Amino acid sequence: MSDNIIEIRNVTKTYGAKDAVKNASLNIKRGEFVTLLGPSGCGKTTTLRMIAGFEMPTSGQIIFDGEDITDTPPHLRRVNTVFQKYALFPHLSVFNNIAFGLKMKLIPNGTKVNRKGEEVQLFRKYTKAEIKAKVDAALKMVDLEDYGHRGVSSLSGGQQQRVAIARAIVNEPEVLLLDEPLGALDLKMRKDMQLELMDMHKRLGITFVYVTHDQEEALTMSDKIVVMRDGVIQQIATPETVYDEPANAFVADFIGESNILSGVMLEDFKVEFADTVFECVDKGFKKNEPIDVIIRPEDLKIKKPSDPKTILTATVLSSVFKGDHYQVTLMAGENELIAHDTSTYEKGSTVGLYIKPFDLHIMHKSRIINEIDTEMAGEGLVWISDGKFECNCDFEAGAPVKVKVDFDDVIITDDEEDGVIGATVVSSIYKGSYYQCIVRTDDYYDFFVDTDDDWLKGDRVGINIAPEKIIVERREVSENDAPEEAPVPDQTAEATENDDAEVKG
Amino acid sequence: MTAAAIAVSKPKRKFKLTKRVFSYPYVLFMLLFVVIPLVMILVNAFLDSDNTLTLDNFADFFTDKSSLIILANSLLVGVITTAICLIIGYPLSYILSKMPSGRVLVLFYVLPMWVNFLIRTLATKAIFIAIDVPLGMGTVIFGMVYNYLPFMILPLHTTLSSIDRSYIEAAQDLGADSSTVFLKTVLPLSVSGIISGITMVFIPTISTFAISQLLSNGKIFLFGDSIQMKFEQGLYGVGSIMSLVMLAFVLVSNFIINRAGRKSGLSVGRSLW
Amino acid sequence: MVKVKGLFEKAYLFVILAILYAPILLIIVYSFSNSSNFRFDEGFTFEAYISIFNSEKSPALWDAVGNTFLIAAVSSVIATVVGSFAAIGIFAMGRKARRVLENVNQFPIINSEIVMAVSLMIFFVTFAFPEGYLRLIIAHIAFCTPYVVLSVLPKLESMDPNVYEAALDLGANPFKALVKVLFPMITPGIVSGFVLAFTLSMDDFIITQINKGASTGINTLSTYIYSDARVQGLEPFWYAIFSIIFVVILALVLTLNLVRINRRKQQEKEGAI
Repeated sequence: MSDNIIEIRNVTKTYGAKDAVKNASLNIKRGEFVTLLGPSGCGKTTTLRMIAGFEMPTSGQIIFDGEDITDTPPHLRRVNTVFQKYALFPHLSVFNNIAFGLKMKLIPNGTKVNRKGEEVQLFRKYTKAEIKAKVDAALKMVDLEDYGHRGVSSLSGGQQQRVAIARAIVNEPEVLLLDEPLGALDLKMRKDMQLELMDMHKRLGITFVYVTHDQEEALTMSDKIVVMRDGVIQQIATPETVYDEPANAFVADFIGESNILSGVMLEDFKVEFADTVFECVDKGFKKNEPIDVIIRPEDLKIKKPSDPKTILTATVLSSVFKGDHYQVTLMAGENELIAHDTSTYEKGSTVGLYIKPFDLHIMHKSRIINEIDTEMAGEGLVWISDGKFECNCDFEAGAPVKVKVDFDDVIITDDEEDGVIGATVVSSIYKGSYYQCIVRTDDYYDFFVDTDDDWLKGDRVGINIAPEKIIVERREVSENDAPEEAPVPDQTAEATENDDAEVKG
Repeated sequence: MTAAAIAVSKPKRKFKLTKRVFSYPYVLFMLLFVVIPLVMILVNAFLDSDNTLTLDNFADFFTDKSSLIILANSLLVGVITTAICLIIGYPLSYILSKMPSGRVLVLFYVLPMWVNFLIRTLATKAIFIAIDVPLGMGTVIFGMVYNYLPFMILPLHTTLSSIDRSYIEAAQDLGADSSTVFLKTVLPLSVSGIISGITMVFIPTISTFAISQLLSNGKIFLFGDSIQMKFEQGLYGVGSIMSLVMLAFVLVSNFIINRAGRKSGLSVGRSLW
Repeated sequence: MVKVKGLFEKAYLFVILAILYAPILLIIVYSFSNSSNFRFDEGFTFEAYISIFNSEKSPALWDAVGNTFLIAAVSSVIATVVGSFAAIGIFAMGRKARRVLENVNQFPIINSEIVMAVSLMIFFVTFAFPEGYLRLIIAHIAFCTPYVVLSVLPKLESMDPNVYEAALDLGANPFKALVKVLFPMITPGIVSGFVLAFTLSMDDFIITQINKGASTGINTLSTYIYSDARVQGLEPFWYAIFSIIFVVILALVLTLNLVRINRRKQQEKEGAI
């Protein structure tokens, strides 16, 4: 048998037309501390709730200790949950809250031989004394020995949190699920509890599955981080790898600070961005393939312009003290860069920049042009989502076509009414000299848009495209051609068909 | 992906399903004893005494002068009562909402509502007789106001006291004098309370029966009395038409309340007799 | 200036309060006069109170009191059980079904009582329901249950949905989770729903009057007051009864509300700490 305690196999969860989790697969090893990390609405809580049994996957399987538990109701699963807002029973004392699970439990109590001569397993409930002993031990574990008789509403947030943890671990679950358990605590308390939880994980030796949107928390506590976005798993790796080798621009942007720039891979080990050619350690890209380059601020070394190592020069825009370093904002050509340095630099001064080849993280672009399979709506008119766009093309109405629009040819308008169609801003990532936004139309097509402005996630906007910027090609209709969307190679671009389906995430 | 979703669509959570079943007895009960009776009113409106279809009931009601006069009278009494309740109740609620102990004090104004309205009406009637006030329109309106004033105060107080003080302070800070503050912030913010207060007084006033009879010695009949009379006389057809008219008033006023963004405790107000 | 205004406001509050309570106080004072004309001809006496027990109307009166409590008890218990389960069921429903049911539930509350009364009467007559308690109890359940649903639903809404899930998570099956966690948590709503249903039923006049049926002779307190006092005015013993009702109800409602306000204040204080 494998050493995986939980295997999630191709799990999809759909609410109405939206996918909260899309084709997620994940193995969790016995005793591991696994963190599901992502912004709210990314599907992490839904995934956890499917493991707990509160949600049933729309498709896919969940395997627990080699056994398919996809259809097992929550009260029969050997996992326990620590909820976000504790979910303590307000009508019960601390003691009875913790004893609740024990009182429900039946434990093996010898066997007997029935009339047919078969051996039958007998069960009994825990005795009062056993329950008391276990509850007292759990209370001791969370440092609340004298609080058993108290009502839960009289406790502070941190104490309630401890009761919630004690209530879960007293049942000796094989897996403890924690849904943003520290979200409601203040910063200092959170730091303390992080350490305590890590300690508890070590002492109990059981598997922890932890959900958070706090990347620092995830990096500190986990053995393994699962980064999610829009219901799709982006990367599964150790904290170090997630930080140093993010799988894509989203992960890089979400974990820690980073400079993300558009560039071109000239050939193996040679990349060009910010009008400069850099050495790098990556290979295997196509010649002149457009790529994203990710540079962590601490990897951007500031030198004197005359220093021999200097690769490109930049102007200092600002330098702000951040406690243990200065955050220096620089302008190199058209690109804004952020560097962390131990010393400060005068605003307006010119500095040299150096990046080790090893510190340049190069990533395939998830998409290089917006491509939509659609139909002509009439002479010089093409359907995109539920709007008719003017275009310079005279195919007949109804003709199947492929429409291509460059990222910077899509115009976003502040007022939804000003656009031909309406859409919702899904994300906005700064790429040095512009923002790359993803805006989702009402029929779930994601437009990639390069703009000068930072658009607020969740805002409704309008979309306009100039007629001459719409490239229309006639499309061969094959049988398995999906009418709405062309297949896009990279998985990040697949992140299309769900929005904020998950409310609690 | 859609194909997969359909193919593997799993049964929903079982306990959810069983919980939903809990409401079925109630749904059945409501269907039987609330929805069907109302439908029967509708049906009866089109039946004559031999249970044959007819439109005569409509003709009877809308050409019968006395019925129409009663309706007009009821509306008049309703409007006057509502206006007086608003004039008395608004300043009262406003003053109470400004007082720190308002939440407790308002209780004393709505307390009489818990005593059966017949008892209070008979008590006032006894007093009117004792001090030789002639029973008539004046006493009927007094009785109505006396009975329904709490229905005005309750929603008004709820909305007025829930207005965030900082709006008022902001208006003062921006240089508004006290009357401007009132007109430009308090009044507009309490519109929903005013509207629910108005409907909560108006509808019971025109539909109640007994109050006007008792306080006018049977001289003044309002719409509620009239509906009851018709049914007592076995005139189900006309009675049903009149009930439908009443129902129309109820639905329109409820629609208005909903539109105005009902926030305050409608249920609290109507629950009190 | 400000002081004068404050004084004026206080005077206004006091005058309205005085008018609201004057009839009540007068009735209480003159209940000790054993007269109907607001004069102490016989001096201070408990005669009126004694006659509650030994006048020729006493049997009918006590019969009405008994009916009032019987009907209120039976219908409010049924309404509470049906309504609480209904609320859980409605809460578990999808958005659309839930909105439909909430609107149906709202209807008896917004509807004019007279329309509800006559619609039930038509229904009972058409389907030949036996006159008497059965009709009255069904009618009372019909108008009380929506209030129970309305007092339980908010408790369910304010409940952290994770709490029920936590019970399942800890190994309770859905039935145990319901009994051990869900019910205890919504108990305050169920209790206040019951109290509301009981008082509403006790207090009802219009629906009872129209549905009690002429031949049965069943009276509740309010219909008995109406039939007895409508014609010949209030006999002295009514003053005594009214006084008792005033004092009991006002004291009850006042303490209940003050306790509630106090508890809320205390919670706020605890919350602040």
